[in-house]
Amino acid sequence: MSTTDIANQLQEAEREWEERTLEPTIKGMPESKDKFTTVSLAPVDRLYTPNSSPDFDYERDLGFPGEPPYTRGIHATGYRGKLWTMRQFAGFGSAFDTNQRFKYLLEHGQTGLSVAFDLPTLMGYDSDQPFSEGEVGKCGVAISSLADMEVLFEGIPIEQVTTSMTINAPASMIFAMFLAAAEKQGANWKKVGGTLQNDILKEYIAQKEWIYPPRPSMQLITDTIEFCTREVPRFNPISISGYHIREAGSTALQELAFTLRDGIEYVQYAIDAGMDVDDFVPRLSFFFNAHNDFFEEIAKYRAARRIWHRVMTERFCAKNPKSWMLRFHTQTAGVSLTAQQPLNNIVRVAIQALAGVMGGTQSLHTDAYDEALALPSDEAALIALRTQQIIAHESGVVNTVDPLGGSYFVEKLTREMEEGAFDYFRKIDGLGGMVEAIDAGYPQREIQDSSYEYQKAVESGDKIIVGVNDYVMKDEQSATNLLQIDESVAELQAERLKKLRAERDNAKVENALKRLADGARGRENTMPLLLDCVRAYATLGEMCDALKPVFGIYQEPAF
Amino acid sequence: MHIEMTDERIRVLLAKPGLDGHDRGVKVIARALRDAGMEVIYTGLRQTPEMVVSAALQEDVDVIGLSILSGAHMTLFPRVVELAREAGLDDVIVFGGGIIPDEDVPRLKALGVSAVFTPGARMDEIIEFIRNNSRRATQPA
Repeated sequence: MSTTDIANQLQEAEREWEERTLEPTIKGMPESKDKFTTVSLAPVDRLYTPNSSPDFDYERDLGFPGEPPYTRGIHATGYRGKLWTMRQFAGFGSAFDTNQRFKYLLEHGQTGLSVAFDLPTLMGYDSDQPFSEGEVGKCGVAISSLADMEVLFEGIPIEQVTTSMTINAPASMIFAMFLAAAEKQGANWKKVGGTLQNDILKEYIAQKEWIYPPRPSMQLITDTIEFCTREVPRFNPISISGYHIREAGSTALQELAFTLRDGIEYVQYAIDAGMDVDDFVPRLSFFFNAHNDFFEEIAKYRAARRIWHRVMTERFCAKNPKSWMLRFHTQTAGVSLTAQQPLNNIVRVAIQALAGVMGGTQSLHTDAYDEALALPSDEAALIALRTQQIIAHESGVVNTVDPLGGSYFVEKLTREMEEGAFDYFRKIDGLGGMVEAIDAGYPQREIQDSSYEYQKAVESGDKIIVGVNDYVMKDEQSATNLLQIDESVAELQAERLKKLRAERDNAKVENALKRLADGARGRENTMPLLLDCVRAYATLGEMCDALKPVFGIYQEPAF
Repeated sequence: MHIEMTDERIRVLLAKPGLDGHDRGVKVIARALRDAGMEVIYTGLRQTPEMVVSAALQEDVDVIGLSILSGAHMTLFPRVVELAREAGLDDVIVFGGGIIPDEDVPRLKALGVSAVFTPGARMDEIIEFIRNNSRRATQPA
């Protein structure tokens, strides 16, 4: 019998099943809704069979793990060789406070560090600038100069742990501080590993923490990619992030498509600046969200790998297999956590983390159950880490590679994700690229539309959130033991900065800042210039301000 | 003139004071209030309390809604209220939303913030609050 005959026979069999079994069942008990959808409001069919993907081809669409198109993962042995890195994002208060939390997490089995900075730092302000009022140390750690960075890593050997830093607009300034702190510890840059988020495009699209307009920001990013490739080869100079796009209310598909299209934009800019694709792409990494819709998320990760392979080979003609492999970090969805009945969040996080693992993530952050209320308490942070350890050691999902490969449902969703992403790529290419699409407000509007639709679905009761719009408890006890950050951090920082400015060689600082501005104007790579500023103890705010006359300041267009 | 007054739409200034860029919530609210027939002016991100109050004066609004998710609400919400009172906007109500711990809510209310909406609040709740409390209360649609 030919393959076509077998396919026809199966379609016939499915039709017969519908008549024989399905229809009487529905007549006896109708389905609870007309339309079933994912959390992204994408339709889901009742049943998936081989008939759902008639042209499915195992070798072409899946292949074997560790080989193109990497749908089943980038490692031949999955997690049997090495588990994912458990990397909990942490940071609050002063560098002293966060240094203590880092040591606590390392003592409890965490295998990598991930620094959360406070909002003034993320925006390139020193703790004592007027805009920082009320925000110092609240959402992360306050780092205004190399002196703070030295405290942050006091007693932690930078060469031996990998460090991820979530910083974007002033990423190159903070990275310079980090490298200078490593230098002071006697570390060899060639051995220092970690990841700089350094993804400005998603800031314009979603997270909105910017300083300069897109084009000069792309120049700074290209500088860090070039510098890292040469000087800090084990460091990922960028983590192209969908996480924040999703948190801003996008669908899973939009998260996937905009993130990968951002990746294409960075690659193109670096190539245009004269770099060879295979020299730097192997060090690009990605960062995705893990939301509640289990199968949709797994399909998203699997599609991401397949798409990146296609983009790298077809669009950029990359030759190095390392350029073809999409590596990614995952964080569970902060936006899905509820302030109501907060212990329920432990369950949500476990489901989301499981999706990240079954999607083949390289590293994972699990949110703490109290994060809809405040930064995590010690206890909540520990349960979050334990959740990963339970998945790794008790659930059994790590025993085999890509355990959901071949599921009719997951393979169909993976295909839909891939096709949907290429549709978005075509639209964005048509606008002239991602920078131009951002100028036009295109991805921003797409996300706003999705988030409004979702909110309406929640309020109509079409989407149920346990404890929020159903199963609500009256007289709920409010959570206790929340982490409180008081204004003493701001006072401490103000004192430290005052002392720093009094004790450093201010002529040397002035000179380094002037060299920075001149170099940026002349299109010199800014990283060595920033390192000189940092070593002279120029502050973050001073470095960011020095570049404002050269680069300008970003104003969000109205849309 | 009479008729025009009752027809006049409630004017709402939505603002994000402070440094955080989490604007999903404020944008959803902006859209919901517009769909409910109100005139909405959204300031955009990173407004100082001074900028917020000056926009409220210029736009002659009835309501100021503030959104903060960074934890800076205890500093910035009361500051807006204080500046609004100094500017003579005595009958303009100020409400807030965001990640705000329960124990801060009574403290904010004591400082003149009329209502605080935290995650899980419904859009209709906010619409109803504005309709019932704004000086230019229109007939519910």
